[in-house]
Amino acid sequence: MSIKKLSKIQPQSFEFSKDNLQKAEEEIKKYPKDRKASAVMALLYLAQNQNDNWIPLAGIKYVANLLGIPYIQVYEVTTFYSMFNLSPVGKYFVQVCTTTPCMLRGAKKIVDVCKKHISKNQNELSENKTCSWVEVECLGACANAPMMQINQDYFEDLDENKTEEIVQSLLKGKLPAPGSARNRKSTAPEKERKTLLQGKNA
Amino acid sequence: MPKITVNNKEIIFEEGMTVLQACELAGAEIPRFCYHERLSIAGNCRMCLVELEKSSKPIASCAMPATEGMKIKTNTPFVEKARKGVMEFLLANHPLDCPVCDQGGECDLQDQSLFYGMDNSRYTENKRQVKEKYMGPLIKTVMTRCIHCTRCVRFATEVAGIPELGAIGRGEDMEITTYLEKSMESELSANVIDLCPVGALTSKPYAFEARPWDLKKTETIDVMDAVGSNIRVDTYGREVKRVLPRVNEDINEEWISDKTRYSCDGLSKQRLDTPYIRENGKLIKASWNQASNLLISKLKTFDPKQIGGLVGDLADLEMIYSFKSFFEKCIGSSYIESRRDRIYLNPQERINYIFNSSINGIEEADFILLVGTNPRLEATILNARIRKAYVKNGVKIYSIGDPGDLTYPYKNIGSSTSVIKNIVSDSHEISGKIKKSKKPLVIIGESALYSQAGQYVFETLKSFLVEKNFIREDWNALNVLSQQASRVGAIDLGVFLISGDDNFNFFNMLDNDDFKFLYLLGADNISFDKKDKFVVYQGSHGDKGAEIADIILPGAAYTEKNGLFVNLEGKLQNAYKASYPPGDAREDWLIFKDLANLMKKKIGYQNAQQLRKLIKDEIEKKNKKRRY
Ligand code: SF4
Ligand code: FES
Ligand code: FES
Repeated sequence: MSIKKLSKIQPQSFEFSKDNLQKAEEEIKKYPKDRKASAVMALLYLAQNQNDNWIPLAGIKYVANLLGIPYIQVYEVTTFYSMFNLSPVGKYFVQVCTTTPCMLRGAKKIVDVCKKHISKNQNELSENKTCSWVEVECLGACANAPMMQINQDYFEDLDENKTEEIVQSLLKGKLPAPGSARNRKSTAPEKERKTLLQGKNA
Repeated sequence: MPKITVNNKEIIFEEGMTVLQACELAGAEIPRFCYHERLSIAGNCRMCLVELEKSSKPIASCAMPATEGMKIKTNTPFVEKARKGVMEFLLANHPLDCPVCDQGGECDLQDQSLFYGMDNSRYTENKRQVKEKYMGPLIKTVMTRCIHCTRCVRFATEVAGIPELGAIGRGEDMEITTYLEKSMESELSANVIDLCPVGALTSKPYAFEARPWDLKKTETIDVMDAVGSNIRVDTYGREVKRVLPRVNEDINEEWISDKTRYSCDGLSKQRLDTPYIRENGKLIKASWNQASNLLISKLKTFDPKQIGGLVGDLADLEMIYSFKSFFEKCIGSSYIESRRDRIYLNPQERINYIFNSSINGIEEADFILLVGTNPRLEATILNARIRKAYVKNGVKIYSIGDPGDLTYPYKNIGSSTSVIKNIVSDSHEISGKIKKSKKPLVIIGESALYSQAGQYVFETLKSFLVEKNFIREDWNALNVLSQQASRVGAIDLGVFLISGDDNFNFFNMLDNDDFKFLYLLGADNISFDKKDKFVVYQGSHGDKGAEIADIILPGAAYTEKNGLFVNLEGKLQNAYKASYPPGDAREDWLIFKDLANLMKKKIGYQNAQQLRKLIKDEIEKKNKKRRY
């Protein structure tokens, strides 16, 4: 990871939609009046969702003004956490986990699929501008490794073919159903296995 | 009292101290980067590791509160190894560019690596490279050198009150920057240069000018405002290379304003280094003899009643006193003034024109009222104290007049004199607050004292404070914020012209064209109609005063003479000579002595010691007159 680059193209202004403003106010209410700043992450998340998965500078300023804190403080937060994007990502934002468990279960192959079908390098838009991918650290779904996150949803138990299927469908503008590619129920064992010793490994 | 054992020595420490402070109390030196007495504790550099008995890991002493019975060791191999490890990590990404780094010779990292550094590096990886950040015209950045102690960030946020610096990214990619690389908008900004323990933030104007070990250091006093910040002037030969702060807990703590720090570059520009005489409308160079003789012969052609003198902003007491003696004893005129403009003055007692609560007192105040003043501009360091009081005690601050952003919140309660009327007649919302407070502070600025209204503002507020018993032996709420270094001292020495009800006698005479001969002692900030007046300018710089002068006598600037200054609190301080006046320029009191000799008059002193004694007696007399 390196420091996040700010997008060269920035919208002039940013404002919460009515819905989000209400949500933001609810977030702010959760904290004591003089600790309003604590709501910064929640608000940034709202801003990111509203703005196609990335936070423009105008959004940083807007959140800072809403909370009455200096711009730099909000900027610090956005650069610290990897889940905030400061430049446009695809409408379908694919995050591939490459931390050890996923890596052992073949994350590299998934990355290769992304490279082949979406874009050569991470953080670049696909040819039709709807998709981008990025390598991330553990997303906490190791039991279903390898996996990737697309926008808000997890796609688990992947293999090369399944990933290609998903990516192709994304490129066509359709988000397939999330969840385990082998139809596992969350992290429950398959084929009614009760212990690890029963049967062969999946 | 709790006890702690440091290196087998048992000492008593104060409740609330950290282990680091306790160790220092015991005389054990602890290396550090991020810890700073005047900033909040960050605990992120880990250089201050010490050994705590029964703890398997070393502890960061700056962040650990000292508690009863702790047994600390600071000089064991265990500690040394830990610190060496920290140092190795710090250096892993630090460029080894000391030969081209301006911090070299006064760098904490350099010094401490002497004790804890390794002689070679075990890292074969690439060092990281960080892009330079723009922080304005005063601060030069080489961010690859940054060790992320966050001192600069904490200073900007806590002391300067300008939260513009921050650390973006994380881990190896952490970088210090201002928001989108704007320049720092603080008049205290350059203090981060002193705070930065490495060469990441250095002084832009001073870049590659000198090496610290080549400089002669002189401890002296600043004259850019009336606060009298304690400074150190570093000179190379005659040239003043830089100005640094010096610790004085009662005045500037360890900060100075950017104006104080960088005004020294003016010391080599536009200097008057030889006397000048105006001939046929043009100023031409002259010798001291020519100039003095002309001056004396001119003096003789005027009635003393037509001769006036004005003292400038940067004058020291020697200058003022000898000027006054010269006027009274040699010319026979007492028409001298030190105020820059029609600013009301009641010279009856000293408390009427000084900052009585003292700068330290600001921290004790529980109510602050600013009257027609912008302390951020007029006395930057004092403003930093007000901010400190606000941060520490949450003191409520009100202002009559709108000074804009002062780095702390305050309430503007209008700007007309009627507000004052309401306050003193107990009909204003803050009247009750003042009465209820134990240690209120009323700061009256020069703009409130301006012209006729000044008298009303000052006398009403004063009698209000007297009536409410806020002018006492132990607390005096009445404060006048002078702006010029010479002001309080000049008034102490009686350099003002007030006759009867006419508080602005001098200025009225000037407007009526009563003066035919005007002697400007470093006074540039005055506008008047020259007409047929004969003007003498004595000072260090060729500025407005020199432009209109008929005779120019070159004097010494504030770093070029020993002098006494009285700051706005009425504190007498010594300034020392750091370098020499240029060319034929001379110290001002000597000029007056020689003029007196030429006129065959007695001026009352022969040497600097005698002069000083006279001045000190005078000031002491003033000091005694204080009554409550
Ligand atoms: S720039 Fe200097 S003061 Fe600021 S964090 Fe880096 S090393 Fe510390
Ligand atoms: S390692 Fe991939 S989800 Fe945990
Ligand atoms: S001085 Fe203690 S951690 Fe930096």
